[in-house]
Amino acid sequence: MSELAVEITGLKKSFGTLDVLKGIDVRVERGDVVCIIGPSGSGKSTLLRCVNLLEEPTGGTIVVNGTELTDPDVDIDAARTRIGMVFQSFNLFSHLNVLNNLMVAQRKVLKRDAKQAQEVALRNLERVGLSDKVNAMPGQLSGGQQQRVAIARALSMDPDVMLFDEPTSALDPELVGDVLGVMRQLADEGMTMLVVTHEMQFAREVADRVLFMDGGYVVEEGPAEQVIGAPQHERTQSFLARVLDPTHQGPRST
Amino acid sequence: MALSKRQRAKVFRVSQYALLVVVAAVLAVVADWSEIQRSFFNLDIAAEMFPNVITVALKNTLVYTALGFAFGLALGLVLALMKLSPVGPYRWLATIYIEFFRGVPALLVFIALSFGVPLAFGLQFDIYSTVMLALGIVGAAYMAETIRAGIQAVPKGQIEAARSLGMSHGRTLLTVVIPQAFRIILPPLTNELILLTKDSSLIYIIGLARDQYELTKFGRETLSRSPSLTPILVVGLCYLLITLPLGHLSRYLERRTGGKKISTPESTGLGVSA
Ligand SMILES: Nc1ncnc2c1ncn2[C@@H]1O[C@H](COP(=O)(O)OP(=O)(O)OP(=O)(O)O)[C@@H](O)[C@H]1O
Ligand SMILES: [Mg+2]
Repeated sequence: MSELAVEITGLKKSFGTLDVLKGIDVRVERGDVVCIIGPSGSGKSTLLRCVNLLEEPTGGTIVVNGTELTDPDVDIDAARTRIGMVFQSFNLFSHLNVLNNLMVAQRKVLKRDAKQAQEVALRNLERVGLSDKVNAMPGQLSGGQQQRVAIARALSMDPDVMLFDEPTSALDPELVGDVLGVMRQLADEGMTMLVVTHEMQFAREVADRVLFMDGGYVVEEGPAEQVIGAPQHERTQSFLARVLDPTHQGPRST
Repeated sequence: MALSKRQRAKVFRVSQYALLVVVAAVLAVVADWSEIQRSFFNLDIAAEMFPNVITVALKNTLVYTALGFAFGLALGLVLALMKLSPVGPYRWLATIYIEFFRGVPALLVFIALSFGVPLAFGLQFDIYSTVMLALGIVGAAYMAETIRAGIQAVPKGQIEAARSLGMSHGRTLLTVVIPQAFRIILPPLTNELILLTKDSSLIYIIGLARDQYELTKFGRETLSRSPSLTPILVVGLCYLLITLPLGHLSRYLERRTGGKKISTPESTGLGVSA
């Protein structure tokens, strides 16, 4: 098996006549954290959703840990168990309590027995600092807690890669830190992560590489201090200027 | 005599009360109270109906309704899934079924099953099967639309979360979509149960043995021996014994699912060391 965890080549995606991704190449090495930044509508979510085939690519190939997902004969359900996904809107199963949210896919998909599934669930809940919420229903948790449970749920499948789509964008500012803290800890433990985010500070400190996307292409990529600290491309510069110092800019928002 | 708007409203209200008092007074004078009591509230007849009205009739109404509801729910779920199927013919069949059985009187279905089918196919169902099929066939047509709406009301994010955890389409449906859909549609399903309770009375057209009587048939039978409205009043009250609590339950569930859940105040500040 290669050292590449994710290898995306020539990825294209259109919705009808709208070309959202126009040829994307991304390589993520095992254990790396790659942050994806870019203006709204540039296709960041679409890219991430293609990596676990929630969106079907129109062209190109996606290989995750040696399995080509774009191969029509691939068992996509099996492949998805190795790819954790964290959504902006948490998406905890609203009819199940925290423990069952973490156990249901382990039991039904991985066919783990109840004892093992519970063990794994409790271990991951502890990892995100929510051991005391095992029996809570999602509706009883704050947004930050729900997102940490969602991370623990994805981790309970023992994934090789974790995808995060703006995991803190729906949170009150004071809750963002808890979630970023969990993600930072995950990065330190060596998890391979693809993170769409507007948290530039997080990207600077945690990302091994940053991709800037605009208009369906990866416009610029490199180490965080380069892409965020000293962007080469004009579009990257104006995007960062707007994100980093929004009060001194015109009304065009990201 | 120019009255202000408020004064006019007051006069109007007072005259409504006055009318009510006059009507009540006239009724009190004119009506033959003993006659009314004999025909409506004849306690002897009512007493004679007990305990069978409860132990036989009410019980059978409950059993018939439960059977019909269970069958209707299962068939309704199948029809709802057919309506949502990507395969055209399934959708068309479900649509035809639903339109047909919502469009014809339930009584017709009872007649078909209890007289038509035996004559046409030489197939005789027992009483429980007949009620279960007839009520279920009709109920399914209504419940299918409700269930379909419930399934479509499950947020897309729930399905994506399930799929991203490796659940297959069918597994997602079973584990996530259907349980959540049923939570959403519990209030309208309770209303459907109320309608079926009342529709179970249609079984009265079939020849029933005495211990198979449900409320309506029981009331009708008592009436033929006791010329008073009392039996009908008693079984009517028995229906209310079922339908009123169900109605309250439905409204309670509606309020509960309609209201947004609140997050607990103690839930912040459980920081994870960064
Ligand atoms: N299912 C879909 N059908 C049609 N168009 C879509 C669909 N999903 C996304 N799009 C379009 O694709 C484009 C890119 O969307 P995407 O969600 O990937 O952007 P994004 O970079 O994640 O933006 P944001 O920062 O606002 O989340 C947008 O113009 C969007 O309207
Ligand atoms: Mg997005």
